[in-house]
Amino acid sequence: MSGTFLGMPGNFPENAAKAVQDSQLRYNLRKATHTIRGKRANVVGELPDWTELRAAGKAIKDETLRHLDRYLIQLEEAVTRAGGHVHWARDAAEANRIVADLVKATGESEVVKVKSMATQEIELNEALAEQGITAYETDLAELIVQLGDDFPSHILVPAIHRNRAEIREIFLDKMPETPPGLTDEPAALAEAARLHLRERFLRSKVAISGANFMVAETGTLVVLESEGNGRMCLTLPETLISVVGIEKLVPAWRDLEVFLQLLPRSSTGERMNPYTSMWTGAVEGQDFHLVLLDNGRTGVLADEVGRQALRCIRCSACLNVCPVYERAGGHAYGSVYPGPIGAILTPQLRGMSSDLDASLPYASSLCGACYEVCPVAIDIPEVLVHLRGKAPHNPAERAGMRVAGWILDDSVRLGKAQRLATRFRKLVPKRLPGPLSAWTDTRDLPDIPEESFRDWWERHERP
Amino acid sequence: MNARDEILGRIRQAVRDAPEVEIPRAYRTRTSVADLVGLFAERVDDYRAIVHVLPSAEVPDKITELVRGRRMVVPDGLPPQWAGQAERAGGSLAELDAADGVVTGCAVAIAETGTIVLDAGPGQGSRAQTLVPDYHLCVVRAEQIVAGVPEAVARLDPARPLTWISGPSATSDIELNRVEGVHGPRTLEVIVST
Repeated sequence: MSGTFLGMPGNFPENAAKAVQDSQLRYNLRKATHTIRGKRANVVGELPDWTELRAAGKAIKDETLRHLDRYLIQLEEAVTRAGGHVHWARDAAEANRIVADLVKATGESEVVKVKSMATQEIELNEALAEQGITAYETDLAELIVQLGDDFPSHILVPAIHRNRAEIREIFLDKMPETPPGLTDEPAALAEAARLHLRERFLRSKVAISGANFMVAETGTLVVLESEGNGRMCLTLPETLISVVGIEKLVPAWRDLEVFLQLLPRSSTGERMNPYTSMWTGAVEGQDFHLVLLDNGRTGVLADEVGRQALRCIRCSACLNVCPVYERAGGHAYGSVYPGPIGAILTPQLRGMSSDLDASLPYASSLCGACYEVCPVAIDIPEVLVHLRGKAPHNPAERAGMRVAGWILDDSVRLGKAQRLATRFRKLVPKRLPGPLSAWTDTRDLPDIPEESFRDWWERHERP
Repeated sequence: MNARDEILGRIRQAVRDAPEVEIPRAYRTRTSVADLVGLFAERVDDYRAIVHVLPSAEVPDKITELVRGRRMVVPDGLPPQWAGQAERAGGSLAELDAADGVVTGCAVAIAETGTIVLDAGPGQGSRAQTLVPDYHLCVVRAEQIVAGVPEAVARLDPARPLTWISGPSATSDIELNRVEGVHGPRTLEVIVST
């Protein structure tokens, strides 16, 4: 990724309006999201205890967050005991500086990377480039995004917006060793990526990863993947640096029995992903550094409604079922976290001072499909509504809401207001003016009846 | 204040009034499966790995047949009867890259998900040994197969480096089609020894 999501112009409705005009994008997204939806439904349906696993997953994450301070200290002790080094980073700049210094200390100027949301969030690749260090993405989709000078548009499949023909073009253009006869068969494209990265894996001295889970009790880190690029990066280099959000913890080793069932089935729709690596501290002679990242998470934790977003295990099931994501695509969200989870995570992590971030809580029809599929039961619609209340509003709208609240709060006032509205019903416009027009741009005001239900009830039914 | 103390302080401030949590564990932790070997073999096969189920006495001959003509990595501690008659490959990274395959045992296997777990114990090799060669032949003893994920987690030692393998290397990054064979071994062959 050469650009940066931060400070992107526009807002969600404008971005989405542009994206829905792209028929290729809509075709690619529809095909991909519908495929994965079906696969997920099959493998989730196979487990008779999915509801119980989901309840356990939610509670384990809530327990982690409730005592996050204690579990982080426990993790630090366990990792240190096992020969690893633990670093703490308040924000993106601090994390990037720590990683750059660690890489420089090895004397290397190239690193290989395992796909990681945390390092995308802090824009580590760009920060390393400024220090003269080149980061090579090794996940196939990340490679497609990096080579295509593009932005990721999905948590699990960052190049979901590209089809095979587009990927072939990118490979032919950017990977010099690719034979010109390359077809657009997915197997041929995967083979081209294998050849491109093989030698780099074998000679790289430093790797950077994230982690799906960290176990406080044992100090174990867990990475789930499919291709083997993760195993290559985690295993072969002499130095491994993992940058992990502080909420990625689980308290006990046993807790993995829940998440290793919830995550693969929700994410790729498989009973199990091809490879999962687990390691505790410095393993097989490797130097291991863990960078624990806050970067706004403690702020999210302080919001009693919003903090449930920190339960997220980045499976992306909510993206795949979202009718808004399916049509608008990931780029419209202007963040590494797109889709429903992004609409509640980004405004909480970054604040709502930009036009784009303030528009995200509205990037939803509140249909609730995201909540239904979430393996840790994050009530995304609830958080969206909560954030809409906190988003900046026009003073006229705020005043209108205050008046409405005052009237609805008291039955006598409401009765009087209804009678007044009935009397002047012919004069009420279908569309609201000025700053209130957002309420009526896409829907009409309802007709005011000749008589309110309350008055009708008074006349007819009251004994 | 240093970053560690500041982050821990912010957390304590943030969760001060948060409610305590009880973790319900009503999910299955012990599942009874009538035919563990059969379910495991079926699920491994679903990932397009190759599976053989054989009586233990026939396993050495099968291995010999499978590795004939291949330069194989043979990890320390592998039962000698599982090593086949193959030419042995060396241990450096370049030699691993030049090898044709690796033959190992495993620590535990999961029937419901068709998963093999390696813990770098005797006969399982280092993590690089089972990663770099393009062909992985893994022998699973029937008694190592458990029904579900919880039973496997309970049997494993987190202090060891663990690799969970479910089928050959794959990707779904192109139009969400599963394609076998990217960076890890492109062929996974499993022998269940009964």
